[in-house]
Amino acid sequence: MTEFLQQIINGLSLGAIYALIALGYTMVYGVLRFINFAHSDVFMVGAFVGWAAVEKLHIPTGTIGGGLLVLVTAMAVCAALGMLIEKLAYKPLRGRSTLTVLITAIGVSLLIQNVAQNQRIGFGPNPKPFPEVFPVRQIHLGELTLSSNQLIVIAVAAILLGALYWIVHRTRIGTAMRALSFNSTAASLVGINNNAVISFTFALGSALAGAGGVLYAMNYPSIDPLMGTLPGLKAFVAAVLGGIGNLPGAALGGLLIGLIETFVSGTRFSTYRDAIAFAILILILMFRPAGLLGKLKAEKV
Amino acid sequence: MSAPLLQLDRVTIRFGGLTAVSEVSVSVGEGELVGLIGPNGAGKTTLFNMVTGVYQPSEGTIAFHGKPTAGLKPFEITARGIARTFQNIRLFPSLTVFDNVRVAFHLHLNHDSVHSLTRGRKFRAEERELKERTKELLDIFNLYRLRDEAAKSLPYGDQRRLEIVRALATQPKLLLLDEPAAGMNPAEKTELMKLIRFIQEKFQLAILLVEHDMKVVMGICERIHVLEYGRKIAEGTPGEVRANPKVIAAYLGKSEE
Amino acid sequence: MPPLSQRWLLAALALAWVVSAFSGRMDAYFLDVAMGAGIAIVLASSLNLINGFTGQFSLGHAGFMAIGAYTSAMITTALGPKLGWSAPLQQWLLFPASLLAGGLLAAIAGFAIGAPSLRLKGDYLAIVTLGFGEIIKVLLQNMDSVGAARGLVGVPSYTNLFWTFGAAAVTVYAVWGLVNSTYGRGFLAVADDEIAAEAMGLNTTRYKITAFMVGSFFAGVAGGLYAHLKGYLNPSGFDFNKSIEIVVMVILGGMGKHVGVIVAAVLLTVVQEPLRQLGDFRMILYSLILIILMITRPQGLFTWKTRKKVEPA
Repeated sequence: MTEFLQQIINGLSLGAIYALIALGYTMVYGVLRFINFAHSDVFMVGAFVGWAAVEKLHIPTGTIGGGLLVLVTAMAVCAALGMLIEKLAYKPLRGRSTLTVLITAIGVSLLIQNVAQNQRIGFGPNPKPFPEVFPVRQIHLGELTLSSNQLIVIAVAAILLGALYWIVHRTRIGTAMRALSFNSTAASLVGINNNAVISFTFALGSALAGAGGVLYAMNYPSIDPLMGTLPGLKAFVAAVLGGIGNLPGAALGGLLIGLIETFVSGTRFSTYRDAIAFAILILILMFRPAGLLGKLKAEKV
Repeated sequence: MSAPLLQLDRVTIRFGGLTAVSEVSVSVGEGELVGLIGPNGAGKTTLFNMVTGVYQPSEGTIAFHGKPTAGLKPFEITARGIARTFQNIRLFPSLTVFDNVRVAFHLHLNHDSVHSLTRGRKFRAEERELKERTKELLDIFNLYRLRDEAAKSLPYGDQRRLEIVRALATQPKLLLLDEPAAGMNPAEKTELMKLIRFIQEKFQLAILLVEHDMKVVMGICERIHVLEYGRKIAEGTPGEVRANPKVIAAYLGKSEE
Repeated sequence: MPPLSQRWLLAALALAWVVSAFSGRMDAYFLDVAMGAGIAIVLASSLNLINGFTGQFSLGHAGFMAIGAYTSAMITTALGPKLGWSAPLQQWLLFPASLLAGGLLAAIAGFAIGAPSLRLKGDYLAIVTLGFGEIIKVLLQNMDSVGAARGLVGVPSYTNLFWTFGAAAVTVYAVWGLVNSTYGRGFLAVADDEIAAEAMGLNTTRYKITAFMVGSFFAGVAGGLYAHLKGYLNPSGFDFNKSIEIVVMVILGGMGKHVGVIVAAVLLTVVQEPLRQLGDFRMILYSLILIILMITRPQGLFTWKTRKKVEPA
């Protein structure tokens, strides 16, 4: 039983991170109808910014203030990065075929990965240890042993999700985002500045991914330039599982994928755990492509 | 007394909570030119989509040549002899005018992927024949001169005609035309009316026409069905329908007094 | 008298044979690059059928290559010795048979993957094919019988110029032939507008699956050739990056352009070595070029206006 509860906490902690990344995918898809392949690399950049904040900017480790500062720094840098990518690589392609945009997104992803791997201008390909940005304690709840990091991950993710909900449903720009996702032409006709809203969406999604990067690195403290690929893909599956374009769905999907992956790791199939996410993806797309919470949009004939 | 070519019997379709078409019965006889009219949103294109297999009716039956079409996929229905054009033109934009029509001869091919690789004598002979037939068909409609142009680069009127020619290449017994006069000026519409009558005679087929322009519909249709809010409210000759108070009310809102 | 296109094919095969006979006199590096280019042509042309002509975005082509590579290698390394055939018989009968077997298995995988996936559109199909490619890789990494993550070694070097360019010629002929017929125009129609294609009587699902199977067949053959060129196999060599390399060739060459794709395949193979000099910066340059290309010239580098011409038989 303890084992089970332990796994639940592990799964939720991992799932919370997937949820944060998945939200970025789903927001961009909702607003632009395309899959931002480079999102997983923004996640990676978040982790590295966190690392650099300690190593280069000498933000103190092991303090709550320091940890929060690292988190905020990563979020800010990633938000800026997301906006930059959108402006330079995706905006020129508005209206072009999905294929063209997808290839470009792949190109951006490769670019970020390879710049990060570069010895001279990047971080080099070797994994680096991630510092303990928050104070780490072992917490004992009955027979459970939890790391404070895990609880912080869940807490921070919950706060960010709450903040996101507030932004999307209680602010003007959030309403504009939702309007854009329904009908971009109508949105611009009622005076919404589509470009600004799109930039904001990217900034928001990338900030969440950046936070996800730091949180992930806190629990799996070895970071490398290619670390974004697998979590990114799994988060994408989470977004599709929840219903692409659907925010609560992305959060739900993330938690589910995190839980499933954690439980599979505990079985003898653990070496296949990376393939499990893909298997889930294929199953969803075959049997319920709208996802758990999504609605299927039919093409008008 | 022969059975009608196409028979819709109390067809109903629901999308979630919305009933788009309700208990509609329509028939088209062989070689008949029938019109389907009604205000916007009446369910005309939805009806087309059911006949061509894009949607399956929730209730009721559709029969072609007496045989039900339930569960058939669109390409299977086309194989049975029903062809269509689309409200928003759906040509193959990157294919040439020639290939747009040529590919529609697909149903009557005797060759497939394997033959495309072995390219034996029969294959080559059939290819020559199909190219000849494509040329003839395009010639009838004066489109052969444009044969190497990409379909998307054609002027609007030519695109509409090409779409009809492409549908004819499938050798249908029933042709469904979805608002063919949309976007045309009066002169073009008169030409279109002549074209439709011409097709009906030359190719010996029945035509079911959805159209908003009353002049076109009243001018060429032998019988007309009128839909409103998914229900059929009238049926008859152009004269009968024109005088029908329900039809007038549907289009004008209230009776004209 | 066979049609013109088949005469071209036979001439190409004959040329490949003759050139191959002189391969002993050629510089080893040149030979390696040339054979690599031939394999690249097979990969790019086969993907061109799926992506370029039929408009189905597949990001898992490397997975089919892997299936062909491992099948073919297992036949020559595990089955070959058991058969006890003479060396020439192994090289000239077993090897091509193994290539065909690899291609067939890859085609079956193409069907298994295509049948459920091809109803998906654009982005989704891309991700699903990517997923399948990764699943294949993970499966191979877990199969001890083929060496798992350590890889498979000791694959005999049966690949030569004849086989590579012969395969390239056959692939190009097959793709060209398939598309250039009234039947074959259907692939392009499906790419342009599926709903209209269905309305004109085309079984779009069958077209997509056919394209997928033929494309994966040749990818499998390419895999077998690759295995017997390098001499060893590792599942990690058939990952997403490999699939992207092939996709780039198709895009660079102009999707749905036979000649352009061939030129792009050769070009990209040839520049691999000199680019390696750039070390770390090679992939950075690659990805930058890709982005710039998509923004400025998505139709590919080698697309020029095609003149009216009479199609050969």
